[in-house]
Amino acid sequence: MMMPPESGPGFLKREAVPVLVFVLLALVPVAATFGAESYLLSLVTRVMIFAIAALSLDLILGYGALVSFGHAAFLGLGGYAVGILSAHGQTDALVQLPLALAVSALFALITGALSLRTKGVYFIMITLAFGQMAFFLAVSLAAYGGDDGMTLPGRSRLFGLDLIKNDRAFYFAVLALLLASYLLCRSIVVSRFGRVIRGARENPQRMAAIGFPLFRYQLAGYVIAGTLCGLAGFLLANQAEFVSPAYMTWQRSGELIVMVVLGGLGTLHGAIIGAAAFLLLEEWLSGFTEHWKMIFGPFLVLVVLFARGGLMGAIRRIGGGGHG
Amino acid sequence: MAEPALELRDLNKAYGALTVTDHVSLALPDGEFHAIIGPNGAGKTTLIHQISGLVPSDSGSVWLGGRDVTGLSLPERVHRGLVRSFQITSILPGFSALENVALAVQAHEGSSFRFFGRAREEARLNAPAMQALEEVGLGNRASVRAGLLSHGEKRQLEIAIALAARPRVLLLDEPLAGTGPEESAVLIALMQRLRGRMTILLIEHDMEAVFALAERVSVLVYGRIIASGPPAAVRDDPEVRTAYLGEEGG
Repeated sequence: MMMPPESGPGFLKREAVPVLVFVLLALVPVAATFGAESYLLSLVTRVMIFAIAALSLDLILGYGALVSFGHAAFLGLGGYAVGILSAHGQTDALVQLPLALAVSALFALITGALSLRTKGVYFIMITLAFGQMAFFLAVSLAAYGGDDGMTLPGRSRLFGLDLIKNDRAFYFAVLALLLASYLLCRSIVVSRFGRVIRGARENPQRMAAIGFPLFRYQLAGYVIAGTLCGLAGFLLANQAEFVSPAYMTWQRSGELIVMVVLGGLGTLHGAIIGAAAFLLLEEWLSGFTEHWKMIFGPFLVLVVLFARGGLMGAIRRIGGGGHG
Repeated sequence: MAEPALELRDLNKAYGALTVTDHVSLALPDGEFHAIIGPNGAGKTTLIHQISGLVPSDSGSVWLGGRDVTGLSLPERVHRGLVRSFQITSILPGFSALENVALAVQAHEGSSFRFFGRAREEARLNAPAMQALEEVGLGNRASVRAGLLSHGEKRQLEIAIALAARPRVLLLDEPLAGTGPEESAVLIALMQRLRGRMTILLIEHDMEAVFALAERVSVLVYGRIIASGPPAAVRDDPEVRTAYLGEEGG
């Protein structure tokens, strides 16, 4: 018989990893007061922003088996929405954020409607092509810095106030948004909609044969993921107070995929852990040598070969076979 | 009222120079249990793909309850009541048996554009799904992962999935393929129970089963229907004997 999901002593064990992750994130600002505050806050803020982007990718890649190789385009769209509006004197988040999300959603709707007509390698290639289109569009925006990108006059304001100017305040704002994004994704995954997406990953023909026109569900999923990644772009521009085409290189799209796979496909908290592992390893290894990728590459290969299911898979095995 | 539940009008399909479906016309009255038999390579599976909408026809039309569904996609036809099973087991292996069926209920019960609430706990999806599982004899296997079911159980599950879509016309593509004698007996008994409750078009290799179940039998050879009628008449048809039964029984 089925157990009620949110009760019983199993709850803490099952939810131990996400609870731990968020508790640790909430404690970082406390730890940061003991030294290197601005460095630590800015590093972990960046981790959380990329965690939102990786979460959004996990929604379609991990649960829907849609390997989007152009996901970084949404980071750029969200970022440029902030940058371009700021350049014209519009610095209020109440304008910037809705626009960033709307532009991302629209781009996802158009590119998704075309990309989702293809499958497998062709889908990867066409999403890559759209990602590159967005990249070169940004490069060509001479009025907004072209290749070099543009520096923002400052962080977004809220109701005309400098609410997130302070790094600590911004940290908590990003943490709250990460938590909200995580809970939203969890809800979607187990909902009716999410079940259709997961079913399509397992056996698309079967799903069609029980009466699901998959295209529209996958397109909706693609738009949700793109919009959420647009949020990450909005935050990234605010953190760096700078936007450039480098936000949306295809390498960046690849890094997002690596984060999701590293953390463990289709687990959501795995995407957060993957983003953290990727960025912290990058930070740590690059302190030893500028050729840090020589170490990081083989590490990735080992994870993929020996820790199937990524870091979350490894945690599950060490934790004694419980399932999350 | 006399509209056939399912009617095929002059269906054709060729892959290059190879004709796989050759002017097939067939009408199934409401509630008929009809079987199509034929040797390997006769084009049985292609025909069922054409009827269900998985493969487009070169020409001809498919009518469901007097309405032309030729231009409709596979999912659209399912919503009109034309539901199929697959010859090669097609289930969601990572989902529980119950969830496999509950998804089929979900496809016909309200919108699936719902992003909140746990689908797995919706009684209005699970109750009909459980009923379909019990109907095929899998009631006690509901929480087992579908991928872990035995081959025969998977075939039963596939029928439960089809039933949950509330078919008016059920297309069964070799449900006995690859099953042992005991598993076959379970499935044959199951089809016996479904007889008369809906229109069924069965494609099958197992002669014994076909002659036991079907009210009418059509024989497909090289994409063409060479005989159609009650089992006894078809069995004695001289053309059928030479073209098919003779070879098989030899």
